Amino acid sequence: MLNVVINIVYFMLSVALLFAFIRLTKGPSLPDRVVSLELIASIVVGYVGVHAIDTGVSSLLDVAIVIALTAFLTAVGFARFLERGGRKSE
Amino acid sequence: MSELIVAILLLTGAGFMILASVGILRLPDLPTRMHASTKAGAMGAMMTMAGVAVHFADVVVFARAFAIVIFILITAPIAAHVIGRAGYFLGTPLWEGTVKDELKDNYDEKTHKLHSGFEPAPESVIPPPHKKRGEDDEL
Repeated sequence: MLNVVINIVYFMLSVALLFAFIRLTKGPSLPDRVVSLELIASIVVGYVGVHAIDTGVSSLLDVAIVIALTAFLTAVGFARFLERGGRKSE
Repeated sequence: MSELIVAILLLTGAGFMILASVGILRLPDLPTRMHASTKAGAMGAMMTMAGVAVHFADVVVFARAFAIVIFILITAPIAAHVIGRAGYFLGTPLWEGTVKDELKDNYDEKTHKLHSGFEPAPESVIPPPHKKRGEDDEL
């Protein structure tokens, strides 16, 4: 039963990733893109967790930790860049 | 039994992720999009990590999953605040149906000063004329 559920969850996460990617390409301003990048990182954390269950390799959780860490640092870095006067439009 | 719990947790987490991404796709402006993505996205990741912890049923894995959950709980609000602040200062347009923007009247974009709206008028800052001692002694 868990195999079927894992496949369904993979599909749902892929749909979520697709929606976030549409916003990433469309987003009218740079902060919109940063927010969508953050959501993509958190979806990827979910992917890694599901993949750890799927393969039974629990070391994959370290990857999830690193992805969460870099997503946070990226968000803070982008925000500082924007406040110091990045490109206003785009 | 634990398989059922894991399945429910994973499906709920993925459902929250889909809700977050639908929100980020459909909502009209930056703060509402952030409102959808940060809370629901963090909830989805936390549910998935709970499923991982239940599936492996191991102390080490549980500690790692718990660390991820705590980390997401700490960093998601900070990141959302920082991005929202930067977006507001950049002048990102708000949705035309926005009901309240409290910073708009009280925040000075040039000097980065925030007023509370309760400051006294400048003339009332001048101290009242000095009273002679003995006039308000009836207290």
